[in-house]
Amino acid sequence: MSSSARTRVLPGFRLTIGFTLFYLSLIVLVPLSALFFKTFTISGEAIWAAVSSPRVVASYRLTFGASLLAALINLVAGLLVAWVLVRYEFPGKKLVDALVDLPFALPTAVAGIALTALLASNGWIGSLTEPLGIKLAYTPNGVVIALIFIGLPFVVRTVQPVLEDAEKELEEAALCLGATRLQTFTRVILPTILPALLTGFALAFARAIGEYGSVIFIAGNMPMVSEITPLIIISKLEQYDYAGATAVAVVMLVFSFVLLFVINALQAWQRKRSGGAMA
Amino acid sequence: MSVRQTSVTSTESPWVRRTLIGAALAFMGLFLFLPLASVFAEALRKGAGAYLDALREPDAWSAIRLTLLTAAIAVPLNLLFGVSAAWAIAKYEFRGKAFLTTLVDLPFSVSPVVAGLIYVLVFGAQGWLGPWPAEHNIKIIFAVPGIILATVFVTFPFIARELIPLMQAQGSDEEQAAIVLGATGWQTFRYVTLPNIKWGLLYGVILCNARAMGEFGAVSVVSGHIRGQTNTMPLHVEVLYNEYQSVAAFSVASLLALLALVTLVIKTFVRWRFEREEKAAANLPPEAPLALPLIFQESTVSP
Repeated sequence: MSSSARTRVLPGFRLTIGFTLFYLSLIVLVPLSALFFKTFTISGEAIWAAVSSPRVVASYRLTFGASLLAALINLVAGLLVAWVLVRYEFPGKKLVDALVDLPFALPTAVAGIALTALLASNGWIGSLTEPLGIKLAYTPNGVVIALIFIGLPFVVRTVQPVLEDAEKELEEAALCLGATRLQTFTRVILPTILPALLTGFALAFARAIGEYGSVIFIAGNMPMVSEITPLIIISKLEQYDYAGATAVAVVMLVFSFVLLFVINALQAWQRKRSGGAMA
Repeated sequence: MSVRQTSVTSTESPWVRRTLIGAALAFMGLFLFLPLASVFAEALRKGAGAYLDALREPDAWSAIRLTLLTAAIAVPLNLLFGVSAAWAIAKYEFRGKAFLTTLVDLPFSVSPVVAGLIYVLVFGAQGWLGPWPAEHNIKIIFAVPGIILATVFVTFPFIARELIPLMQAQGSDEEQAAIVLGATGWQTFRYVTLPNIKWGLLYGVILCNARAMGEFGAVSVVSGHIRGQTNTMPLHVEVLYNEYQSVAAFSVASLLALLALVTLVIKTFVRWRFEREEKAAANLPPEAPLALPLIFQESTVSP
């Protein structure tokens, strides 16, 4: 109590917290609650029918499967990029470091049409893989590639600072005690960066689940095969099926909240880990 | 410097090092650089003339104007919110603070499509407000206000989440000193807090702006795709692309890609400046009062 009285020397608490809560409610909380209230006006059977029809279930399988695969690939590739950027020196390193953030800065629709142009049968990459019998654009493969593009910076940018702060003394100690470099990596370095690595993985996965712009151009959007869940919501809206769109959206939203919870827990673990390492 | 580097890198053999660097660069080249290069290659495929013609289209112009307008409204609103939320969260202790911080981040975990949908459910013809907006001749969904609202939603956390950790790390000692020395709340913010957070603020603003101009999913749901009226640049790219006007689509897309490049350049610059100032501040003797008294002579004596 005394500490809060002391910190309230600064003016403006009522003004700023008031405006913050007002704006948060107006933009986020009230509109989001509209989604849940809308769900209560729909009968249980209608909701179940909307969220469990074969076409929608196929879209969950694609969205979750492709997001998981893309996040796993990003886990490895992101660690590799972060490692190379932190530990090694090479010409153009600063440029490469800046380029990592491109997926954050490039509008998703632009990424979508660019990747499609690359991977289509007459594109720079598609024309090379198609003779080998590998079709990339307009298949689930394309969805995974778009999601790798979108998710990469999440893993790199969460792992990079932790790797920078990691204590080299521990590695040197392991070396002195006779560990090989690979043993040092798996037994000393990996445990240190594991929370950050998992956080990056979860962030990339969460982003991929909701992604729309970069995917729809490349997916081909064939029902049952290459149709993602966000697109299901859009097509239900276009048919004025607001109830169906709401039901599918609630499934996605509940899943996002679960992931948000997991990410918060991972970040708390990360803070504990780095706090413990410093003490 | 060179001694430190050899001790860091000597732990892997040069071959392993070169293989890892090569693999990382190949991955980045394939997944990041090639898509970026292909935007410009596709846009210029039929020469500079076709490129410029595509940009002179009146529909392209109205898309550019709408995108600028949307960002010009969404970014300042979220800036005001970001500063206000960061001040409340970083400078005071109150119950539910952790929960409030989570709520600020909430829009990041909502799919853009769902973000658009919630506004349709509130303002749409069958929405919460029902026929009220239509009866009063207010169009929100399938009109510009809906586009702005959806953009505000998806860019909501950008500035706040840059400022909150920064202001928490800085604490409030300097602000308290300013108040004790007789500054008003506004003077304290203007002359003490703002100089301390300016790089973080700019960082948040450019990220917020990039997303505001580039948002696709949420805006797509609420826009109604009326050419020349409710198409932002990303939506215009989609329309052109679906009409098989590839060169035109990539020409407009190249402007957005340029915006992304400018964003990356400013971002890198801001981070560099910020780190340089942090280093300079760390080198100051601990008792250095960071030029605080000077500022107060200036602002309290001059009137």
